[in-house]
Amino acid sequence: MDSTQNFQVFNRGPSPAARLVFFAVLSVLLMFIDVRFRYLESARSVLSVLISPIQYLASRPNFFLEQAGDFFVTQNSLLKENKALQRQHGQDAIQLLQQQALVQENLQLRNLTGLQQRNQLSGQFAEILYVEQDIFRRKVIINKGSAAQIHSGQVVIDDKGIVGQITRVYPLISEVTLITEKDHAVPVQVLRNGLRSVAFGAGDTSGLSLRYMPVSTDIQNGDVLVTSGIDGIYPAGIPVAKVQKVERDAAYPFARIDCLPVAGVDNFRHFLVLSVMPVIPDRPEAEPALSKFKTKKVGGH
Amino acid sequence: MNTLKQIEILRPIGNGFILMSLIIALLLDGLPWEGLWLMLRPDFVAVVLLYWCTHKPSSVGVGLSWLVGVLADVGDASLFGQHALSYTLLAFGGVVLSRRMRMFDLRKQSTQVFLILFLTYSAYALVHFQLYGNVPWTYFLGCLTSTLLWMPLSIVVESMRQMSVERE
Repeated sequence: MDSTQNFQVFNRGPSPAARLVFFAVLSVLLMFIDVRFRYLESARSVLSVLISPIQYLASRPNFFLEQAGDFFVTQNSLLKENKALQRQHGQDAIQLLQQQALVQENLQLRNLTGLQQRNQLSGQFAEILYVEQDIFRRKVIINKGSAAQIHSGQVVIDDKGIVGQITRVYPLISEVTLITEKDHAVPVQVLRNGLRSVAFGAGDTSGLSLRYMPVSTDIQNGDVLVTSGIDGIYPAGIPVAKVQKVERDAAYPFARIDCLPVAGVDNFRHFLVLSVMPVIPDRPEAEPALSKFKTKKVGGH
Repeated sequence: MNTLKQIEILRPIGNGFILMSLIIALLLDGLPWEGLWLMLRPDFVAVVLLYWCTHKPSSVGVGLSWLVGVLADVGDASLFGQHALSYTLLAFGGVVLSRRMRMFDLRKQSTQVFLILFLTYSAYALVHFQLYGNVPWTYFLGCLTSTLLWMPLSIVVESMRQMSVERE
């Protein structure tokens, strides 16, 4: 123990209580600014440079484990995987051929009716670096950032459906909010009958739910929900979730509908970040009386 | 107290050692924990900060803890100031109780540590509750595991300080 410190009676600066009050107020102020105004994103990206070597190191053990795992893959399992992939490829090829014809037909029909053309989707490949360290949230960090032309708001998918959305971009990495994050909303349509709704993340489980659907609504177990493309963030027609449970209780005004995401939201390491964000005209201004309450538009959800 | 003699042999702690321990703690917090392990993960940074606040209050105090808290906020993309606030409270508890803590043995220390850590976790959870309106109770499991970490950490640090003396 340092006996020297006992002699520094006169040179200690402010008391711990004063420091506590100062720094606690500072923290609360920071939180307030961060929630209300989002001015601190630049400070965050500067500080992230300090912390990123530590994060990089922390992700290494996982990386090496995987490398070692890759090395010891048996030939048998590789052969099996290869065969399965070839079979899948054969099946997909038939559908692709049909799809090309359908796309062409759709294009001509849309031309005839004067509707706007749908964009071809393209994207860049990204890999998960870290999963969220916080038990409260469902987010992952991927290895592409603003240096690779990633912008917040871009949509992240895997080979089966929507995974989430980019919500924060750093120079070399960016943060993806998964669709299962609490209160994260995706505008969807039921594939079977075109019914529009909004799927919200459940947060505590890896599921989604449809809220505010009347009890009499036409949704069944096993219905596939695809994006409707209405908000202009998620391109239309990408699978989002499958209805798992529909609970209709006449005592409540709304039905309780639980869904499971079709994409491997919690499973895979590799994702595709869609590079084209659909451009839609701005929403018309609200009523003048309401306009002074207009909330600041926040990127993301 | 027979520990007094032993303590006199211990080498004073350098600032580099403290810095290294904090970096290692940030690293351990940043490992890819998932599922059940994430639930049970102790807050290494909080325990290490608390250790230094009680054993070396002259160099680690409220200010440094706040700074580390801000870094932790950036590290796991939580709200700016959320970790900072809870670590500030933690450091205050540590500094105020530092004299008492050093008189206690490890078992008595652990109960004190649990109370301070519980306060820290509650502050963090309270902010989260204000924002999102829900707090899973499993979050407080981390408080228990963090307390369990206190004893091994104290023993390891003391033995390291003793070893470095024997080498001379």
